[in-house]
Amino acid sequence: MANLKTLRLRIRSVRSTQKITRAMKMVAASKLRRAQERAEAARPYALRMERMLRSLAGSVASVDGAPKLIAGTGQDRTHLLLIITSDRGLCGGFNTSIVRAARARIAEMKGAGKIVKLFCVGRKGRDQLRRDHGSAIIGTIDGIDRGLGFHKAEDIGQRLVDMFEGGEFDVCTVVFNRFKSVIAQVVTFQQLMPFQAPPKDAAEASGAPKAIYEFEPDETEILADLLPRNLAVQIYGSILESQASEQGARMTAMDNATRNAGDMIGRLTMVYNRTRQAVITREIIEIVSGAEAL
Amino acid sequence: MAEGKVSFELVSPDRLLLSTEADMVVVPGAEGDFGVLPGHAPFISSLRSGVIDVYDGVKVGSRIFVADGFAEVTPERCTVLAGEAVPLDGIDRAAVDKRLADAELDLRDASDERERAKAQTAANVARALLEALR
Repeated sequence: MANLKTLRLRIRSVRSTQKITRAMKMVAASKLRRAQERAEAARPYALRMERMLRSLAGSVASVDGAPKLIAGTGQDRTHLLLIITSDRGLCGGFNTSIVRAARARIAEMKGAGKIVKLFCVGRKGRDQLRRDHGSAIIGTIDGIDRGLGFHKAEDIGQRLVDMFEGGEFDVCTVVFNRFKSVIAQVVTFQQLMPFQAPPKDAAEASGAPKAIYEFEPDETEILADLLPRNLAVQIYGSILESQASEQGARMTAMDNATRNAGDMIGRLTMVYNRTRQAVITREIIEIVSGAEAL
Repeated sequence: MAEGKVSFELVSPDRLLLSTEADMVVVPGAEGDFGVLPGHAPFISSLRSGVIDVYDGVKVGSRIFVADGFAEVTPERCTVLAGEAVPLDGIDRAAVDKRLADAELDLRDASDERERAKAQTAANVARALLEALR
């Protein structure tokens, strides 16, 4: 049986771990609130952008010489996955589930004879994917945890547009954790390029006939401006969702860890007390039998 | 919606800045300012940097500076998606001067086409901002 001193030390160490996990949970909870607020604040813009694009796309798609970003390159060979993860660990299955989904998608696409390239946002995803898909990674960005502004998303968007125009890939899909609730994050694939209008909701489909817009300057020019902007907005939105999810995942993970530590302390304390009693009993027996021997 | 009003919304990438009912909105379009009254024909335009005037009755209710963006107009509403938006009375003159100076410095130091274009845009925005303050 373990001796008393090691037991005592062990209890103490578990207790301090518990303190840390509890503090991390608190921190995650307050960060979560902020991240959620930001994600929600960004939603109106994205929504309206989408509405505008949809009405634009409808009137332009039929025209020849539509921008590449909407018409595509006409090929379907090279796929780019934009993988959004976090920079830090200790958030449960947050990064692992993204990477697992991405791996499955990569294998599937490679099986279909396509070329896959990766663009990683966040350190953890890059670290995990580097081992077996290192050569496919064509770009990484980390440090998004510290002060992500819209301009950062614009930069990413700009890099993607440049690569797209340069013919480096044909289709771009973003992979991120959508924030469903504090305990549920959903791995989501969303195609960014070429632009795909999300399916219309029923109300709109059955609603009044679409208004015919006038444009100033003309459609193509507005689209040329609007599409890269929309790309940045979608990337921005995905990153914000991912950050909220990360804090949610961390909060849950740390809550579990705190509870586990509590259970462990309970078990260890019981063993400790039993051992202590056993030691006392043994000492008494020794004294008594010593006295009897006299 | 109140009769004879346009519902006006101004959003920037990180938040919804303004959502209100107005009698008229004057928006700085890329090819000239345009006023939006209720019942305006459906219309989409890109914007240049400038000031949006929101009219409450016949007088200007609030003035907001926007740096490039888009406006969508339908008979009932006017939506402006701005890259950047600041209420005019919340702007600090000195900060704008500094911004212009920074942008001009960047413009001089720009090493490639992209950086130059970026700095040029920043300088233009700052200039438009100064113009708006005058």
